[in-house]
Amino acid sequence: MALELYLDLFSQPCRAVYIFAKANGIPFVFKEVALIQGQHKTEEYGKVNPMKKVPALKDGDFTLSESNAILRYLARKFKTPDHWYPSDLQKCARVDEYLSWQHTNTRKCNSKLYTAKALLPLLLGQPAPPERLEQLMKELNEILDLLEDKFLQDRAFVAGSDISLADLLAVVDFMQPLGAGYDVFEGRPKLAAWRSRVQQAVGKELFEEAHRELFRERDWKFDRLSPEEKEQLTQNMLKYVQ
Amino acid sequence: MGLELYLDLFSPPCRAVYIFAKKNNIPFDFKAVELFKDSILGTKGPDTKSPEGATQAGPGTKITLTKKVPVLKDEAFSLADSTAILLYLSRKYKTPDHWYPSDIQKRAKVDEYLSWHQGNIRVQAPQTVWIKVLIPLFTGQPFSSDKLQRVMGEMAVSLRQFEEQFLQDQPFLVGREISLADLVAVVELMQPVAAGCDIFEGRPRLTQWRKRVEEAIGKEVFLQAHELILNIHKLSTIQIDPRLKEQVAPTLLKMLQ
Repeated sequence: MALELYLDLFSQPCRAVYIFAKANGIPFVFKEVALIQGQHKTEEYGKVNPMKKVPALKDGDFTLSESNAILRYLARKFKTPDHWYPSDLQKCARVDEYLSWQHTNTRKCNSKLYTAKALLPLLLGQPAPPERLEQLMKELNEILDLLEDKFLQDRAFVAGSDISLADLLAVVDFMQPLGAGYDVFEGRPKLAAWRSRVQQAVGKELFEEAHRELFRERDWKFDRLSPEEKEQLTQNMLKYVQ
Repeated sequence: MGLELYLDLFSPPCRAVYIFAKKNNIPFDFKAVELFKDSILGTKGPDTKSPEGATQAGPGTKITLTKKVPVLKDEAFSLADSTAILLYLSRKYKTPDHWYPSDIQKRAKVDEYLSWHQGNIRVQAPQTVWIKVLIPLFTGQPFSSDKLQRVMGEMAVSLRQFEEQFLQDQPFLVGREISLADLVAVVELMQPVAAGCDIFEGRPRLTQWRKRVEEAIGKEVFLQAHELILNIHKLSTIQIDPRLKEQVAPTLLKMLQ
């Protein structure tokens, strides 16, 4: 039975898994899990991933969640080129360090940014108030500083002169606010240059294909909510982005 | 110069690194970091930028209570994340296979746990110590039972997932032997215990698992690593400069919101 990857390309880690598999010619069956339709919450999906999140992998009877784990598993099983997850101890450690840090730091920040720039304006009928976003912007700047000064420094990529899993997870993550029309790398030429390098290393066509879902116009169905529900959702989102 | 490990045993990830190094007889220079003194006074600390917090704080600069430990320094190479450090040590010192199994599916399960842990237990467990001990220490106010209840509720959900999805009816998280997953989990779960919230109580399966993990690690090393945190009540006698209390209190009170 073929390898199955359960993905919604709106989600950052799903895009990383998708791009990695495609870029390395790994054969897989794409199983779409549409988050916006709540497909991740079904009992059926729960059998694949009881955590009810995406991405998930199914390889025969073996199931796996968490993009960090999935990416490493694919790299090992399909013996992808060394630079993705280097055998050199120190380079590998750089990748591990980034993978560990990113999913509780950059992921959350970029998701909040998307909410602030795309969703809140829909609910409010106007942009979210800047004072509300002050803390978020501060957090974003700290993260960008760390990306530049600690994880990249004067290297072309996180682990050295070649792209790795770290760059892949990073680049898809920072694309999320772009889905809301907001470029976090504006005014940061070093990071913008890194992003171009990563896109090129992955292949522009594949990169664009993977991001089509993010840029597609989405029907959030906010108009189907009652005024009270809408108000509650607005308040929740305002709290979330602070 | 050799391997240096900058650790504060108050911190769960530091305990994981400490135990792993000790258990595997990895020679290292223990560089003690005292989170409170050092992050507030910016006195000591490794010369590196932590991925989890701000850059090295000097006296008078931005006060940060975010973690700057553990840090590994191996000659010119430095690493500032506990997962990365554990993996690096296991590879460099070729530790027994069960810690990070060469079987790719078992290894993937360790990766999966370590990743999930960071977004769940790693976030919740330390909050018990903050809420019950540290914040009252710095602000002079009684601890917030509402906030504690909320965190314990979140922990209950995580622990249920821990038992039902990860541990299930296995002796350890990934099969029949202890791995990095168990190590990282157990040190974190000791944090609420130290705060007086025994999350093992009423959870027999979890308690049995903890016993097995302690035994596999070695009771002596386990106790040694946890001596500091288990004597946390002694912190209340620490003299904290009132000016520092004043500076730090607003940040802490915000944490309670």
